[in-house]
Amino acid sequence: MTARAVTDATFETEVLNNEKTVLVDFWAEWCGPCRAVSPILDQIASEHAEKLDIVKLNVDDNPGLAAKYQITSIPAMKVFQKGEVVKTVIGAKPKPALEADLAAYLA
Amino acid sequence: MRQIIIIGSGPAGYTAAIYAARANLRPLVIASSVEAGGELMNTTDVENFPGFPEGIQGPELMMKMQEQAERFGAEVVYDDVVRLELEGAVKTVTLGSGESHEALAVIVATGSAYRKLGLADEERLSGHGVSWCATCDGFFFKNKTIAVVGGGDSAMEEATFLTRFASKVYVIHRKDTLRASKIMQERAFANDKIEFVWNAEVSGITGDDAVDGVRLRNTVSGDQSTLELGGLFVAIGNDPRTHLVHKQLALTPEGTIAVQGRSSRTTVAGVFAAGDVVDPTYRQAVTAAASGTVAALDAEHYLTSLPQDLLAQASEPELATVTE
Repeated sequence: MTARAVTDATFETEVLNNEKTVLVDFWAEWCGPCRAVSPILDQIASEHAEKLDIVKLNVDDNPGLAAKYQITSIPAMKVFQKGEVVKTVIGAKPKPALEADLAAYLA
Repeated sequence: MRQIIIIGSGPAGYTAAIYAARANLRPLVIASSVEAGGELMNTTDVENFPGFPEGIQGPELMMKMQEQAERFGAEVVYDDVVRLELEGAVKTVTLGSGESHEALAVIVATGSAYRKLGLADEERLSGHGVSWCATCDGFFFKNKTIAVVGGGDSAMEEATFLTRFASKVYVIHRKDTLRASKIMQERAFANDKIEFVWNAEVSGITGDDAVDGVRLRNTVSGDQSTLELGGLFVAIGNDPRTHLVHKQLALTPEGTIAVQGRSSRTTVAGVFAAGDVVDPTYRQAVTAAASGTVAALDAEHYLTSLPQDLLAQASEPELATVTE
């Protein structure tokens, strides 16, 4: 399962008003580590679909949201609950390390 | 069981894989899950790799090396080695997934990791204005004043690249001369947006939620000063990545894996090392590639010296064992 894309237009519905916990992956085409971590996030998304929604936000196409969430380094993965950021993970990490960082939202 | 496993997928790892594959050793390359392709994946123009007169993008060069290795039968796994057991004739390589693989020879080409400044606020502000990857993060510093710390080729490359976005780029360097190659220095000197801060050491990073500046200490006079910044890129060098082989292989005083003379032979028979992990001095894509060749040839020679019954066990395709 590939994480679906969100945009400026859909962010409110898909992320802020989502009843589930949502992880937003801020990424860009030109960012090598983003491309490396993307399939790992897809795996986590399919393994924990009932607990965590994982979506991707392209910072090139949606600079407003990148600025709003003060993104200065990507990949940046932000976990949202009830519209608030509850956890930020920065940088590509191997799957076990990401799962450890996100443990509270996967169990 | 395999004949050979190569750990690492930078120029050393893939060149070793090309040679080993062409020797019909069917190497397994453990490429890493998020750092496959190694350091060149985060660079843009590579202008000093022979054969590319127009230059080549780092990621493209690595893709080509991988293709070349795979063309001859190398297999690539995108996972990280979490444990190595190197003693004895049969070596065991355990991956993050829990899978483990056995081989008669192992080439360690794990490269090096970005060196950190070692300051208290560095970790806290990492991703909030402190970065190690200009190509990843430069985009977020449009029209900002930022700084690059370092005096080598990577610092010059980052500084020059960052002028595409930033309004001003300081280069903070501990000495009054650069270690970078002349062409990279001249490019940086000629760039109007780049200003050098000589003989200065970053002694602190400031900012509550994001970097707003650094504290500097003059390395000659000891004077303290501050510099207002919107971002800080750290390019002060790399440390060899040896954590997997600690207490198994001897290291040099510089921290690289010790090898015998000009060979790639480590202190354990059947274990070879190549690339930045053995090289405290040159650390170029070309020297890493050359050292990967040395390792593959040394490994091939070693394998021919092994008893036939061992080699026979390694000739059939293996099934990975899962030990979770």
